Amino acid sequence: MSRFLVEILVKPRPGLLDPQGKAIHSSLHSLGWSGVEDVRVGKAIYIDLDAESKEAAVQDAEAMCRKILANPVTEDYEVSVVGEREGASA
Amino acid sequence: MSMKVAVITFPGSNCDYDLYKAVQQVGGDASFVWHRERGLDEFDAVMLPGGFSYGDYLRPGAIARMSPIMEDVVGYAEAGGPVLGICNGFQILCEAGLLPGALVRNNALRFEGRDVYLRVERADTMFTSGYEAGRVLRVPIAHGDGNYEADSDTIRELEEARRVVFRYVDARGEQSPGANPNGSRNDIAGIINERGNVLGMMPHPERAMESILGSSDGIEVFTSLLENLSPAPTS
Repeated sequence: MSRFLVEILVKPRPGLLDPQGKAIHSSLHSLGWSGVEDVRVGKAIYIDLDAESKEAAVQDAEAMCRKILANPVTEDYEVSVVGEREGASA
Repeated sequence: MSMKVAVITFPGSNCDYDLYKAVQQVGGDASFVWHRERGLDEFDAVMLPGGFSYGDYLRPGAIARMSPIMEDVVGYAEAGGPVLGICNGFQILCEAGLLPGALVRNNALRFEGRDVYLRVERADTMFTSGYEAGRVLRVPIAHGDGNYEADSDTIRELEEARRVVFRYVDARGEQSPGANPNGSRNDIAGIINERGNVLGMMPHPERAMESILGSSDGIEVFTSLLENLSPAPTS
């Protein structure tokens, strides 16, 4: 068993209106960043997870995304392992 | 015999008493069922109230959907039992997969708490048979995430099967961009499942039960169900 730090990015699906992104977009424009073309807001979820391998940790996290962490109607997700500590006790 | 209704309460529900009272007002027999309880067999209908279950953490309805009682709600709905979800209840029904689509942040990013006009698109459901099709209702909304989203195929399917039960309109009953409070696709305010026993809606008929408090246009949602269930209650 090792302990993995898994990062999950949950993002609004392309084409879906993202009102938060729009509001931030217009704020950035009013602050002078006229080059900002588009803003999308998602969320990052960090999970400490004990698993047999990096692959198993990713599989677990993907199952969590399908079950609860992301809504497939409106959101896409991306899972990556960003840290690892070997031999961690469960 | 009077209609036995379960009002499911989650941590953060805040329209549960309004819903309870609405059921009692039309002569039904309401009971609160805490989200950790199990078993809905004794009830003739199940209602999920508005509110902010689990503080809307993660997504509105996402955590509530995992409550123990929701397994029973899903089974109850699949067996044909009538299920009504209002506001957060609608969000939970979508998260639970009992209704398609999702409710996302209002397009203007504002919480909208005010009366809106709705057109009754279907008067042939067990929840709306007391209305005339096309009738315009004035009913309150109170939500920050009521913007109905689904992919285009789903929207087309809903429209073709006439599963949009309520639509946002103006006072004259016409659809217009100004009459849509949250950006919902096709001005959708409420939809029903294919079988016709699960209705979800963002507006609050249970808060439109007394003309002295602004509107009594919501009453028929409850009287319709009572009338349709009384002769031969489903189990």
